Amino acid sequence: MILLELFLTFFKIGAFTFGGGYAMLPMIEAEANARGWLSTEELIDFIAVSESTPGPYAVNIATFIGIRTGGVAGAAVATLGVVLPSFLIILLTAGLYSRFRQSKTVAGAMGGLKPAVVGLIAAALLTLLKAVFLQDGFSTALFTDPSFYVSLLIFAAGVLLSFRKVPPVAVILISAAAGIVSGFLFS
Amino acid sequence: MDKKKDGAKWKKTLRLFLTFMKIGLFTFGGGYAMIPLIERETVERKQWITGDEILEIVAIAESTPGPIAINAATFVGWRTAGAAGAAAATAGVVLPSFLIITAVSFLLARFRSNRAVSYAFAGIRAGVLALIVKALWSMFKKCPKGLFCYLIMAFAFAAAAFLPVNVIWIILLCAAFGVARALFLKRRDGRDPS
Repeated sequence: MILLELFLTFFKIGAFTFGGGYAMLPMIEAEANARGWLSTEELIDFIAVSESTPGPYAVNIATFIGIRTGGVAGAAVATLGVVLPSFLIILLTAGLYSRFRQSKTVAGAMGGLKPAVVGLIAAALLTLLKAVFLQDGFSTALFTDPSFYVSLLIFAAGVLLSFRKVPPVAVILISAAAGIVSGFLFS
Repeated sequence: MDKKKDGAKWKKTLRLFLTFMKIGLFTFGGGYAMIPLIERETVERKQWITGDEILEIVAIAESTPGPIAINAATFVGWRTAGAAGAAAATAGVVLPSFLIITAVSFLLARFRSNRAVSYAFAGIRAGVLALIVKALWSMFKKCPKGLFCYLIMAFAFAAAAFLPVNVIWIILLCAAFGVARALFLKRRDGRDPS
């Protein structure tokens, strides 16, 4: 049954993600959390893995959650599920592409979807920020915890580096190094 | 005659599979990062499709759901060798990720309790948030500007962050708002609805 659930969930995610990549994040976060497949922290760890390995993010995360919950068979059905909607839709629309492109309805829907995805990712980011910086809720103990400041520093440095077009893999490696150094320093 | 034609078709299907496997293996970050590589392999080298068709793929991928890599692989495969080609190209682009992630997940499970690894991930978590901030900013910049867009953004954000509703309903509702606005603008401008 877990296999069927994996397939259907990832089919749904594949069918409702517009824009690819991080656009998938809000749905994965909601679905995986609701089903207890992955904690928010594990999801963040996994985004790092996905950024440092080749291939489309969607396939990476489907495979990863699939393995965690249903072994290699789970990975196979989750990946099949996330891929199938695109596959079928492209086969269906490839023939009538010119009509599809001129459709005012499609253009109108996209006009609503693009800003929606930005809002949804912002909401997902808020959840992730809370999971990383306020693990145990907000309290004054936070301000005496060195690891809080280290995380804040790494985050700020990461933002600066990314906006200077440093590749994501490099940002991840630098963050990992900073994490290891400060971890041994403060423990 | 027929046999020869069949043989050529299978050869092409196999080459589609191998080419897209290469594309899947060498693209980091996914999405648009894949487009230049697809262009080099399928337009310049193999000449399966034209440069215009690449633009078409990007346009289609943007207005249909699903990962752009899958959209592109299916489209090129279909144009080149029909449904079998589409299946081969899609399977090819997926396979490297699938195998690599399977291996990585076993390694992660094994080394997660290692102290250095757990410290590394504590740092990585903060760094990844920075990557998402950057991605969000890029997507915001690509979005059309105007009151309607800002309202939709604010609505989607507030609904997802503070209301217990499924993301799918937010997506569908925002698409409906977009269609309604397009229809309204068409009526106001007095153009014939086609």
